[in-house]
Formats: sequence, structure tokens, C-alpha cells
Amino acid sequence: MIRLTVNGQQHEVDAEPDTPLLYVLRDDLGLNGAKFGCGLGQCGSCTVIVDGQPVLSCLMPVSVLSGRQVRTIEGLGGNAVQHAFAEEQAAQCGYCIAGMVMRATALLEQNPHPSEHDIREHLSLNLCRCGTHMRILAAVRRAAGQGGKS
Amino acid sequence: MNAVLSRRGLMALGGGLVVGFALRAEEPARPGSLKETPSLDAWIRVAPDGRVTVFTGKVELGQGIKTALLQVAAEQLDVPVAQIDLVTADTMRTPNEGFTAGSHSMQDSGTAIMNATAQVRGLLVAAAAAEFGVAVETLTTADSTVRAADGRSVGYGTLAAKLNLHVDAEPASTLKDPATYRLMGTPMPRVDIPAKLTGGPAYVQDMRLPGMLHARAIRQPSVGAKLLDFDAGPIEAMPGVVKVVREGSYLAVVAGKEWQAIKAMRALEAAAKWEETASLPDQATVLDLLRGLPARDIPVLTWKGEAGAPVKRLKARYTRPYMMHGAIGPSCAVAQLADGTMTVWTHTQGVYPLRSALAGLLRLPVEQVHCIHVEGSGCYGHNAADDVAGDAVLIARAVPGRPVRVQWMREQEHTNEPYGAAMIAEVEGAVDAAGNIVDWDYGVWSNTHNRRPYVGGLMLQNAALPEPLPVPPPAPIPMPEGGGERNSNPIYAFPNAKVVSHFIPEMPVRVSALRSLGAYLNVFAIESFMDELAEGAGADPVEFRLRHLKDERAKAVVSLAAEKFGWVAGKRGEGRGFAFARYKNLGAYCAIALALRVEHETGHIRLGRVVAAVDSGQVVNPDGIRNQIEGAIVQAASWTLYETVRFDRKRVLSRDWSGYPILRFAAAPESIAVHIVPRPGQPFLGTGEAGQGPMAAAIANAVRDAAGVRLRDVPLSAPKVKAAIGV
Amino acid sequence: MVVTKLGMEAGMKLSRGRVVAAVAAVLIVGGWAVWHPSIAPVEGRAAFPPEQIARGAELAAVGDCGVCHTTDGSRPYASGRGVPTPFGVVYATNITSDPDTGIGKWSEAAFRRAMRDGIDREGRHLYPVLPYPHFTRATDQDIAAMYAFLMTRAPVHADAPPNQLPFPLNQRVVLAGWNLLYLSPGPWRADPAHDADWNRGAYLVEAIGHCGACHTPRNVLGAEKGGQALSGGEAENWYAPPLQAASPAREAWTVDSLATYLHTGFDAHHGAAAGPMTAVTDELAKVPAADVRAMAVYLASMMPNPAPVSVVVHDGANPVFAGACGGCHGVDAPMTRSGAPSLALSTAVNAPTPRGVIQVILRGLPWREGQAAPYMPSFASALTDGQVADLAAYLRSTYSDKPAWSDLPAEVAKIRGAS
Ligand code: FES
Ligand code: FES
Repeated sequence: MIRLTVNGQQHEVDAEPDTPLLYVLRDDLGLNGAKFGCGLGQCGSCTVIVDGQPVLSCLMPVSVLSGRQVRTIEGLGGNAVQHAFAEEQAAQCGYCIAGMVMRATALLEQNPHPSEHDIREHLSLNLCRCGTHMRILAAVRRAAGQGGKS
Repeated sequence: MNAVLSRRGLMALGGGLVVGFALRAEEPARPGSLKETPSLDAWIRVAPDGRVTVFTGKVELGQGIKTALLQVAAEQLDVPVAQIDLVTADTMRTPNEGFTAGSHSMQDSGTAIMNATAQVRGLLVAAAAAEFGVAVETLTTADSTVRAADGRSVGYGTLAAKLNLHVDAEPASTLKDPATYRLMGTPMPRVDIPAKLTGGPAYVQDMRLPGMLHARAIRQPSVGAKLLDFDAGPIEAMPGVVKVVREGSYLAVVAGKEWQAIKAMRALEAAAKWEETASLPDQATVLDLLRGLPARDIPVLTWKGEAGAPVKRLKARYTRPYMMHGAIGPSCAVAQLADGTMTVWTHTQGVYPLRSALAGLLRLPVEQVHCIHVEGSGCYGHNAADDVAGDAVLIARAVPGRPVRVQWMREQEHTNEPYGAAMIAEVEGAVDAAGNIVDWDYGVWSNTHNRRPYVGGLMLQNAALPEPLPVPPPAPIPMPEGGGERNSNPIYAFPNAKVVSHFIPEMPVRVSALRSLGAYLNVFAIESFMDELAEGAGADPVEFRLRHLKDERAKAVVSLAAEKFGWVAGKRGEGRGFAFARYKNLGAYCAIALALRVEHETGHIRLGRVVAAVDSGQVVNPDGIRNQIEGAIVQAASWTLYETVRFDRKRVLSRDWSGYPILRFAAAPESIAVHIVPRPGQPFLGTGEAGQGPMAAAIANAVRDAAGVRLRDVPLSAPKVKAAIGV
Repeated sequence: MVVTKLGMEAGMKLSRGRVVAAVAAVLIVGGWAVWHPSIAPVEGRAAFPPEQIARGAELAAVGDCGVCHTTDGSRPYASGRGVPTPFGVVYATNITSDPDTGIGKWSEAAFRRAMRDGIDREGRHLYPVLPYPHFTRATDQDIAAMYAFLMTRAPVHADAPPNQLPFPLNQRVVLAGWNLLYLSPGPWRADPAHDADWNRGAYLVEAIGHCGACHTPRNVLGAEKGGQALSGGEAENWYAPPLQAASPAREAWTVDSLATYLHTGFDAHHGAAAGPMTAVTDELAKVPAADVRAMAVYLASMMPNPAPVSVVVHDGANPVFAGACGGCHGVDAPMTRSGAPSLALSTAVNAPTPRGVIQVILRGLPWREGQAAPYMPSFASALTDGQVADLAAYLRSTYSDKPAWSDLPAEVAKIRGAS
């Protein structure tokens, strides 16, 4: 049994200790936000927040999580970033979007007034294939109170 | 196009697909997909409580089609959007609209639904008129209700209960006056976005059925690899493993949990021994190889006319490598064999053709296969969505009763999806003393762009199975849609022109449809060459295009993009580029002007401002159009700047994002603005792929302007640019 | 080379204040002696033959000029990069042809003097972060080629930020003393015992490539230790392994493998360039294969020829490794199938210090725009110091037969803190 705290709730899951958090979130806890994109730490679609930092849940064995706080998009409760993404209609297929929202949320929590350069560099770890980049950037700017559209 | 030949009929010829639609030559054509599925109740049903169900055979691919179709139906019916349930492709419920591809959804399904809903509204009004004993013209509709001038009203549900909608649509419908549209032409937030922003179930990847198992396939490491004997015993004993499925060289594993399935898959990969052959071509010379393979020459057009004497003649060759769809979410499917029926939840682009293919693979009658579309990650054409459904059914058959979810691994997606074809275009053209193009000779060499499965032989698994089904030969897609020759017919008015498509049947590398098909290279070539000729004629690229355009809508789009960009004729050397195309010469018009910088020391291209103008006919959701064009621009930038599938003689080497880099945020353009030309009342023009070709050419033209070098071989990678500009 | 990291084992043990005092004491003594004249400015831009510019570009790549002197690709060679040293931060200057802030007014003679003696056009000493103790051996012809290359770069008007050095190190005159002690001018001397290729490689490695700036240990005054050339050093807290007999590589470096590694940043028997070395191999990708191969010939001749060790991997099935690393580095993981070596062959895993392993776990390998190149995410946020230390210990015990590293948690904390 592995104990972990997700979105403020304690869970006990019957998972092998090497299981990456991604599969525990999806298959044991029934959460959809974190997505399998590569399993190699290259695309960011599995991004969640652990202790305030954006991490790639596909490479995070659950055994390293004891005593740490995991947050997923399900736990954001409609934050400014989510609202901004909706306002900007910042999705095409949307598969990358939950990861984008999580990474952007972590950025704005640490740096509420990021520059355009900060935003682009920070988000560059996450891939989007649909080419929704401009809207995602606009959404992050909007969430940071810098107005939306580029 | 012959009006009685449906598009699907054409695709049928193209792909060898046999579709059993009667062609009603004696009847006038119905609009959109009503041609093939005329019955109104195939598209729309109204329940006694007034709730409306609209059916479409098209699927949501992230292009926003659900929202646009809802807008159309709500507009023509006068029903609130919230009152409508939209059912997308399902072989037991919806019309067969073939594939959701080629930017056809609005043209086919949007048109069908617009006309069907308009006709149903007409029937409802007529029924109310009969009931109230008044003339039809005196009635109005709003909020699912028909109202008479005297204040009487009746709900759609009540009326519909007495109506028979199982009637064929009329060829012509009375549509609303576009000037009165409240929903069509107005931005509407996409209905699929909220779930995607909150972690709601949104994709087939998110399905969890009771008792569901997780499976992984073990792919052949290279084309044609044969699985040799090995001991799967230790893997069957691994925790959670339910079964190792082996049929010939087909290998898969099923487990209780996903991570268990992945670990077992890795163990199987380590244990399995394969006999491989060097079946891939030499990447360094593959374009020459293709150019030399036997080809079937298909004339696309020949124009002969009076023209001035040529004073300048230019010749160029443009090429593109194999490129990947590269969905961010690897393909996934869920299947369950129960009560003799195989049910498959899939993000295929064509549930009906896939049903036939899966039935073939399983040796089942088609009635025993049921395909239901559930959204997946964006696919951008024929990627592994169909093939993973093949895995799901083969594995589900081995564990009857249990639903099985299969998702491909990243490296499986990268190395096994069918790629976009490598292509070559050669063009020769001449201008006269007045700067008019007087001669144009264009040839394009390509494999097929359509290996979408409609029979079992076209499924990836087929070759691995013990008794493979016959594989139909690759076939070209005829014009006006075209495959490799898509958009090879210039939209410009040249007095003399010859265009030939050289269809290459032999496929050294497995390829199929990638967003915009041959249009990407053809537009890149034509629009690059237009700039080359303009330069030869000493003309401004925008003015030069306008001078050769006769189509007024084309001119309007070109002028609008130039104006919004602030294009100044004759101003050169600042890294500005322009390009234009009408997708397939049938769909949306799209012109792009952009600015970029070339980093002299590295050859990196830095995209600045991008301005696009687009004419999509009647606009349904303007924000949806903008989103599609923006996406096409960024995706095409990635293709054009970076992408090439790499392989050695046996295996694909682009196994993941480190081996197949794509555009990241740091390199996204500074800004993109999309301007829409409103065309109320005009037919819908497919927009989803209209931006790809123009973006590629606009980049190349701007590189020429910025750095003085003309690059004709995609990608315009930093080392290539650097090599061209020199020290 | 990203850095001339002037920090040595000895230096580390001294407090910074004492180092400064020692430096001052030693250097001021010799410092007064020498005065250098300004060299007259040149006006206007000279023309250079294209072949000379092209050769200069290749030499500038071997010499990594752009690594320190470029911070922003849109303003190449306009500098601004701060190079951390144990004494303070020294900023790379603008070496574009801008006459006011760059070297636009420098004659070839002035440029040659800077490369040979570490004296700028106006006669001021340059800090040996500029590896003039290496460049001093470069031929007139090669210096002229690099000059031609730099003088034909687009001028960028940009001042470098002021260096952050304490007194008296901020008095450039102290460098005269340093030079007396550690600069031994004179041309490169070919070794007749070796063939032309070897000698060419030796010249490129020593005089232009200045590999020793990172791979040779330094003394308390930041000078490369005499007699210990290429015996292993450090750069920005990364371990720079020995490039001679002491190389910890598990499989012998051959001319082929070194040439491949240097030219592409990756070799199937040794792995990927990481940390500051990535910038070096990126530069070497621009250099003609024959030159890189010559460098490989020279370096390989100094490398040990270990008997191939058959690596027995004692896979303890560590859950952190399996969940975090196994997707790429596990048995038959996709990356290993595309030719990446087993961790057992990794120099970092077999090195005397855990620094390389810790750095790679914490920082990963950055993505490179549009380039098919090894990439690894950072685990800095995912793993705690203790988890990184445990993982490093596991890698050492599983993939190497060398003794366990000591003091891992402290090393992790130090490296994380130094980011
Ligand atoms: S799925 Fe985790 S980074 Fe791609
Ligand atoms: S919206 Fe489809 S991958 Fe980003």
C-alpha cells in the first residue's frame, strides 16, 4: 500500500512502488487531467504540481511521494489560469492543455509577473502539436493580468 | 466534379474503397452528405419533450466541428444550443460520412445538417400552420416553439410527435436569410473545452469501463521482422499479467493495470528475438530513389494560349522529406467482445471504413463489429488511430467479455505511424518582357497519400499475422481533390501551362494522409517559384500575384493580408515573405504575410509577425476558423523549420521527441493575426488545412528576403540555412 | 568552453578572503614592472579573402569563442556572459566589429597581442578567463584568420557589464604578476616523434581548443597546474574527466569514438556530452571532420587502453530507478534500442566524484532547438536531495565496480545550491 496526498486528500493505493504517479492518478484514482504523452519526460502532457513545483508525473515513482503534496488540474477548482484558457479558447485537440495549465499555474505561483521571455522559456518544456501556442501564451498573459491576445 | 458522383464515390475510386451507395442519377443532387444519406431522421430527431438530437458521421478532432455543427443546427431550427444533443460517428447510429478528412466536415456534414434542420423546421411550421389553420408565412419560430400572430403557440416536441421525419430531404431547402443569423457567424465557445480544462473525461484515453484490462502490443522492430521462438513463460508469471497474446509475429500482453502491462511489454521486448531485414531505403538518397522509381503519369492540366515572348526562363526543384503526424497523445482504443459483437471505441477518422477493416482482420461479418468514435489527441491525418484499434480487437478477442484498453507507447507511435510522403516537384516557367508569366511546366512525384484502412489487408497488424490478407495496391486520389497532386493546379491564370502528376506506386516507406497531403509541397513549390519569377521580372511579390489572379475572392484575400500586414511594395531586405493558395482550389482561400529574422551565425530562423487572411465562405464560428488557421501556421512552421523522419536501412531512428524535434514555445512566432473575409450566404469552404502550404512558402520567401538565399528543400533547418548563407 | 573555472581543490579549502590576500601578495610584487602601450586604432573595415574568413570561422568554433562571447543568438559575439570564478564574476566582452564597444578599432596586431599576451588594444590586462595562455601558441596565420572572421561579424553596440571582483583583483595590474608566473609565451612546437595528424590535433587541442581550461586542474591562483595537463578538472561544478591515462572510461576511447563524440556530442560506447561540454561539441559540429579527427588522434594517443571490462549489472530493481529512469535507461528501453549505451559505460557513473551523475539527475540534458540530440528532463523538482543521493548510490553500486561515493547527500545539496 502506498500512501499519497492528492489535491489535499489522503489516498492509499495498491500500487507497486515503482509505478509512476501518472498511472496511479489515472488508473487508481480515476483522474483524467495528467495525460500519457511520452512516458519519457519529453512532452509535459503529464505535468502536475508537487510541493509547488511542476513535475513530470510519468517519471515520478509513487514511492518518492510520501509526505509531499500532489496537485492536479482536478484540484485547481477553476483558477485564474483555467479561466484564462477558457476565455482565450486556448485548445484545439486539448490533449496537451491540462499539462499546460499545470505548468503555467506553477509559474504564476512563483512569479506572478513573468515576462514574455519567462513564459515562453518556462512553457518550452511542454509540447503542443496542434499549434495552439499563441492562444496558450495569450491565456498565460491574461492569467497574469497582462491582457490576453498577442 | 460530376454532380451525381459523391465525394465518397471519388475517394472510393482513389483508395480502391468500394462503398455501396446507390448513385441516384435520375434525381437532382441533394446538398452535402444528404446526397448519400437523404433521410431527414438520419440527421435529426425531435423528442416529444422538445429535445433535439442531431447526428453527424463526422468526428471531433480538435477542429471544433461539434460546436460549429451545433451552431448550424440551432440557427436553422431556432432551438437553443443547450437543447441539442449531438451524436458523432457511430456505425450503429449515425450516417456514414466516410472520413473526417480533407477539410470536408463543414462542406459535407455542415451542409447536410444545415439543410436537414432547415427542412425540419419547415415541416414543423407547416404542421403548426395546419393545426392553427393559418398560413405558414404568418408563423414565427423561436426557442423550439412555433408562434402564431394571434399569440397561440406550440412546442416542437408536440408537433414532432405527429410528424414523420423518415422522409427523404428535398433537393432544395429554404434557408434563413444570412442577414438574420444570430448564431452562425458569431464566435461561440467550444463545447468540448470545459472538460479538457478541468480533467473531465474527454478522450478515448480517459475511458474506464467496468472490468477493463490494460494491454500493450509489442511492435515488430522493423518492417517485416519475424518473431522467432522464445520463452514467454516468465512474463506470463509477472504480477498482474493476464495473458500474452501471440499470433505469428504479432505479440501483445494484457494485464490488470496499465503499469503492469508496460513492464510486461518491456520484458517481452527484451526477451523476444526477431529476424530482421534491411527493408528501408538509404535516407541520404531517398528523394533520388523516388524520382527514379517507375511512375504512372497523370495529366492534371494543359493550357494553351496566346502569350508574349519569354525573356526570362527559370527552373527549380522543390522537395520535402518524410514527416510525422506526431500526435501528442499516442493512439489508443478500447475494445470488448461480448455477445458475438466486437465493440470498439476509437478515435479513427472513419468509423465505417474502419469497421470493414477490423471485420476483415477478425474474419467477422461487418454487422458484428461496432465502431464508436471517441475523441483522441489531434491526429492531423491518418496516424495510428486505426492501427491501435486493430490491436484492441485482436487482444480483446483473446480475453472475451473483458473490455481492453490499448495505448501505444511514444516510440511505437513515432516509429509505426504512416508518415507523410516525401515528394519532389520540378517546375519551369518563363516571363515575358512585361513581367507576365507566359509558360509554366510543373511535375510532381509522389507516393499515394491515402492508405487509410477499409479492408483488413491495410491494417498494420496484417503482415504480422500468420495468414495475412491481400493488400490492395496503393492508388492515387484523382483530382480535383488529388493526393500528391493536390493543389498542383495553379490558381493563377497562365496562358500556357502543363501540370503532370507522377504517381509512384512502390512505397519504400509506409505513408498515408498527413494534413493537407500533397498541397503542402505543391503550394510550397508554386508559391516559392512565384517569388522567384517575380524577382526575375523585377516585380513585387504581392503585386505579381495579383497580376496573375483572375478570381476576385482570391484577389481580395491577397490584398487583405498585404494590407493588414502593412506590406509595402518594392521594400526588400527586411525578412518579409508572402504566399497564397486556395486549398485544393475548392476550399478556403488563405494568404499569409510574415516577417522573420535569420540568425547569421547559426542559421536559425526567428519568426516575427504573421498575418493571415482567409475566406471560408459562410462563417459559422469565426473563432474556430482563427484557431484552425493559427494552428496550421504554427504546425507548418514546425514542419518547415525542423522536421524529417530519420531512419537507417532497418529501423526508424526518430523514436521520440529528442529524435524528432518539433517547435517549442521559445520558437513560436511573435504574433499571429487572422483576418476573415465575411461571405454571408456563400457555401462553407473547408479551412482546416488551408494554412499549411502558404506558411511554408511564406517562410522560404522571407528567408530569401532576409538572408539572400533561396531554399527549396524542406526543412529549412538551421544547418541548411547556415550552409546556404556561408560564413 | 563555458568556463575557466578557477577553483581548485586547494583553492576550495582556503577561505575566499585568504585566497584574495594570497593573490594580492604574490601578484602585486610583479605587477608594477610592466607597462604596455596602446596600439593605434584602425578606422574603417578591412577586406579579407573569403577563404581566410571561412578558416577563421572554423578556428573560432574550435576555440569556442561564441560560447563565452555570445549570450543571445540575435547578437552573436556581443558578449555579456558572466563567467563565475572563485574570485568573482568576469564578463566576456564584445568582440564584434563595433568600433566603440567591440573590437572594431583593433588592428590585427592588437588582436594578436590580446590572444598572445592577454593585453587589450589600450594596453590593459585581460583576465585569464580568456584562455590566452593557450592562444599564445596559435600561429600568426590562424590568429589572422580568427581576426578576419571576427572583424566581418555584424557590429553590435553593447557594453559588457562590469566585472565583479574584489580589490585588489579588480586592479588589472596584478595580472602582470600572474603572467610572469604562469604565462609562457612561445609558439607551438611540433613533436617530431608523431605524425602530422597527431601534431595537428595536438595544436588544435592545446593552442586553440584550450581543452585544459576545464580538463586540467588549477592551482590556488587559478592557473593550470604544470605537469598535470588534462588530468581532469572541473567546470561550473561539473566534473571534467581526465583526457589521459587516468580516464575513468569503461570502454577505451578510440580515435573513431572520440571523433564521433566530439563532432556529434554522442557516442554509442560512451554516451552524450552533458553540462558545459554540450556547447563544446555543438561548436565542434561546425568544424571540418578532418580537424576533429586530428584532435581525436591526439587525445586518443594519451588515453589508457583498458582491457574491456565485462559489465555485470546487478539490477537491484530499485523502484526509484525503475519508475524514473527505467523508461529510458532500463533493459531494452526504447532509448537503449536506439543505440544509447548502458549506464555501466557512463564515465560519470565510473568517475571518482559523483558530481557528473548528480548534475545530470538534477539538470538533465537541455533540449536543443530543431536538433535531433539527446535530451533528458531535470529531476530537480521531482526528487529530494536524499532521493537523488540514494539514486546516485544505486547507480554506482549497480553499474560500476568502483568504490561507493562518500558524502553523497552533502554533494547533492551543494550542487543543487550552486544552480
Ligand atoms: S508524458 Fe510525461 S513528459 Fe511526456
Ligand atoms: S491542443 Fe492539441 S496538442 Fe495542444
